[in-house]
This record gives sequence, C-alpha cells and structure tokens, in this order.
Amino acid sequence: MLSPKLVSRRSHMGTNVAIPVVLLAAFSVAPMVYANQAVIFQMMAFMVLAQGVNLLYGFTGYLPFGYVGFFGIGAYGMAIGIELFHLPGLVALVVGALFSVIVALILSPLLRLSGAYFAISSLAASEVLYNVVANPALVHLTNGPYGESLVQSYHPETSYIAMVVLLIVTTIIVIVIKNTAFGRALMAIREDPVSAEMAGIAVVRTRTIIWIVSAVIAGLTGAIFGWHLSVFYPSTVFDLSISILAIVFTLFGGGGTAIGPILGSVVLYGLYNAIGISDPQYFELIYGLLIVLLVLFLPGGVVSLLQRRGNYVP
Amino acid sequence: MLEYSLIAGILFGVFFGFMALGLNLIFGVMQVVNLAHGDFVVLGGYLAVVAYSSAHVNPLMSLILALVLFVVVAYVLYFPLIPRLTKSKDPEMLSLILFFGLSQIIEALDVIGFGNNPRSLPLAIMGSVPLHFLGQNYQMAWVITALVSLIMIGVTYGFLYYTRIGYAARAVMGNRDEAMASGLPVAQTSAIIFAVGIGLAAMAGVMSPFMIGSIDPSTGLGLTTIAFAIVVIGSLGNPLGSVLGGLVYGISVMLMQTYFSSWSNLVPYLLLLIIVLVKPSGLLGRGVRNA
Repeated sequence: MLSPKLVSRRSHMGTNVAIPVVLLAAFSVAPMVYANQAVIFQMMAFMVLAQGVNLLYGFTGYLPFGYVGFFGIGAYGMAIGIELFHLPGLVALVVGALFSVIVALILSPLLRLSGAYFAISSLAASEVLYNVVANPALVHLTNGPYGESLVQSYHPETSYIAMVVLLIVTTIIVIVIKNTAFGRALMAIREDPVSAEMAGIAVVRTRTIIWIVSAVIAGLTGAIFGWHLSVFYPSTVFDLSISILAIVFTLFGGGGTAIGPILGSVVLYGLYNAIGISDPQYFELIYGLLIVLLVLFLPGGVVSLLQRRGNYVP
Repeated sequence: MLEYSLIAGILFGVFFGFMALGLNLIFGVMQVVNLAHGDFVVLGGYLAVVAYSSAHVNPLMSLILALVLFVVVAYVLYFPLIPRLTKSKDPEMLSLILFFGLSQIIEALDVIGFGNNPRSLPLAIMGSVPLHFLGQNYQMAWVITALVSLIMIGVTYGFLYYTRIGYAARAVMGNRDEAMASGLPVAQTSAIIFAVGIGLAAMAGVMSPFMIGSIDPSTGLGLTTIAFAIVVIGSLGNPLGSVLGGLVYGISVMLMQTYFSSWSNLVPYLLLLIIVLVKPSGLLGRGVRNA
C-alpha cells in the first residue's frame, strides 16, 4: 500500500515530466503545421529567456532589467567565433556561452545590490555592453554599428533544432531546481537573506551560481538566435524590449513555477503576433495596462489563481 | 575647450539636477521608484512643443501650465496606485514593475498622440544672441533653462524646509512609522509629494527640448536612468543633493563629449555603476542587501 502522500508525489512527478515532453512534441511538429517558422522560433527564444528571468526573479527576487545584455553578448560571442576563428556554428555557440559567463562574472558584484538598485544597475550594465559593442572603435572585432553578417554559416534547420534542445534543457533545469534543496535555498534567499545565511545556506555562492546559469541560458539563446538570423545589428540583439517582454511573460504566467513562463510566452507572444507587428503601440498599451493590473491585483501571475485554491502547480 | 566644457557642464548639470528632483522626492517619501519619471518629463516636453507650435505659447508660460496640469493628474493617479502598493509585501520591487507598466502606457500613448518622430523647440525662442562669457559663447536657451532650474530647486528647498507639508514630508522620509505615530497625516503628505514630484518632472520636461535636443516617445527610459544615477550620487530628499549629483553628471558628460566624444553615451551608465559598486551604500545608505 502506498501512502496518499507518496501517491500525490508520484503524480506531481508525472506532471513535471509531462512539461518537457509536451514542449518537445509541440515544437517538433509545429514547423510542419504552421508555415511561418520565424514566429515559432522566436516564441521558443522568448520561452527560454522567460525561464532565465524566472530563475533569477522568480526564485531569487533579483529583477534583471538588463537581461538582454547576456543575450546580445552571446550573439556577438558566437559571431566572433565564426568570423574571427572560423569555427563551425555549433562550436561558435559555445564561444557565445563563454562570453556570457565572462560578462556574468565581471558583473557579479551587482548581486550585492538590493531591489531597485540591482534592477536599474543591470539595465545600465546592458547599455554599457551595447555601447561598447556598437562603438566604431571596435569595428575590427564586432563591426561596430554596422552589424554582423554570417551568411556563410546560415543553417536554419540546425539552429532550429538547437533552440528546441536549449528549450527542453532549460525547462528541465528549472523543474529540477524547483524540486531540489537548491531551489528552496534560492527561495529562502529571496524571502530573507539573513535568515537564509543563518540556516546554513551559502548565500553568496548560491546566488552567484544561479546568476551564471541564467546568464548562460540567455547567452546561448542569443547565440542561437543570431545564428538563425545570420544578419543582425547591435540594436537588434541589445534591444531592451527583449528583456522587457521576457520579464512580462514571466510575470504574467507566474514566477517561481516551471509552467508560468511557458504559459505567459504562449499567450502574450501569441497576442504580440496578432497585433504587435502591425500596431506595436497598441500592443505596448495593452501590456502596460496588463502589468499595472497584474501588480495591483494578481502579483503572483495567472498560476496564483490555481495555487490560491490549493492546487499543485508545477 | 576646458572652460567651455566646465561651464556648459554646470549649465546642463543644474538642469539635470532639477530633472531628477521629483524622482528624489517620491523615492524619499514613499520608497517607490517612479520608473515612469522620464516619461513624465517627456510629456512635459510634448506639452511645450505642442503649445508653442499650435499657439506660440512661450515655454516659460508652459512651465506654469505643466505644473498645474501634472500636479492634478498625479494627485488623481496616486489613489488607485500607491496605497495598494505600500500595503503589499514588497513595495519597492513591485513599484518598479508597476511604474514600468505605467511608463509603457505613457510611451504607447505618446506614439498614438504625437507619432514616433523626434520633436524639438527652436533655441531662438529664448533669444538668438548667445551669452558671451570668458571668451566662449553659450546658447541663451541653456542659460535661461539653468536659471529656471535653479529657481525651482530653491522653491522646492523652501517648500521642504519652511512649510508644514514640507516638515511632514521630511519627517516621513526620516521614518515613516514614527511620523505616523506622531500623528502626522502621512497618507495626505505622500499624495501631495507624489503630485509635486511629477509636477516638477513635467516642468523640467518643458525645458528639456532645449537641453537634450529633441524628444521622442522612447526618450523617457534613458532620462529615468540618468535621474536615478543623479539621485544615487546626490542624497535622498535633499534638493541640494540633486544639484550636486546633477553637476557631477553634467560636467562628466561635457568633458567626455569634448575629449572622447564617441564614448560619451556611456557616461550616465558608467557613473551609475561606479557609484553603486564603489560606494554601494550610496549617499542614500539603503543600497545594500544585508548578506
């Protein structure tokens, strides 16, 4: 006889396993059903970014307005790998990830800051990265403001598969972190760093690890994104609205869960495609209103409606 | 060249100090980060541009119009937004997100109302004869903007130090709970300071086309970052701190533009990062986590 508690744990295990499986199935079939592959690809990119934001904001409470900095550096690291070292695309992705790790390590002192100070400083850091990469003085390394063109290594299918893999791996990372002691340590730090430290959690080490993990996630997303596009400008990959959309998607679905950011990306990116491309200002208006209403009435996101009734949310 | 950068830096610095003043007051009294601050500045700018281009209203007149209009708007906005926020679990963080949403709404409305093209005011409205000082010429519009800014900073100083609401505001800044325990009208004071802070932002906005060249809907976020940097450099709640922060910012920007012009965009961001990292407590003393 299994105890009721054990049964419910097993069924939670089932829902958790179902998420990556459903995602894998959906995005493997999607290109055959829906002709506009660019839309599907970008939706995946935003899903990964939203999960990256989720790891930082949902679990740790650091709101990274400048998250796009890692994305852009990943894209440029990949481009440098292809242009300067003539690496094949898949290896160049690793270069992109390495660049984002280096930047994350340089920026890790930002984690000493709290609340608003962290959020705005991370925004400042991403603007610094953008202005350095786009500076005409770096024209030999990054081609400055004139952008990168990697047409010789344009592989839309391979990069699509790479993004699916990244999405699945990221989702599994979030689920694993959420269900292990590491995730609970992060949430303890979010609630009260002093008590967490006293309970024996290595606060500085834990938050630095999650910072680097989420930086690598954004860096790889940027690298695969840049590879998929193969022609991009600094203003494309350091566009602040990338961080903003990822944050809003996470908030809408609900941070600190695995399903929230996925839900937010599907619903809001769908909305963005329906009205955002032709009339971006109306989309901006709607999501501005949505943010205000969410903060005032539903700070836990859509999933908190389920959680409030005592349901388990993966 | 050096004299020119220094004096222009002072003129710009005084203006940017004034621009940051409203953010400083609201942050000080309510622990709320008004991320839409820059967007209210831009709205003030649109008011001046539209008033001038449609009815030839001198921007100096628009200043008063902007103050009255935005004090009323902000006072009305206060009640649905702030009391709910201050009661929530983490007001500082949630305010960041909420006002970010407000900033998106304002930007979208700007695009719908005024279009995406940059708008500006001709510098010649303020007199076409430049001010000649120590062998260099300075735009009259810059000098007048700096003067207006100085006067308004002085008025705000007087308001905070010599009126009853000002006393109450400074008490709330010092310690909200004790202010409440001493029977001060904390909610009422907060509402008034919120309205005044946004009114001041809109006033700075009226003069902003002269100083930043042109405004478009996306100018706001950059201005908010600059204002935040200035608030962090200066000190919380003290208008003179904003002037200090503004001067540091203005002079650094002007020196960079003169000597390393292609890197001058980096100035506000680098200043902010250096200050929060080198002196993490800032002059505000609230910037650090406990662990």
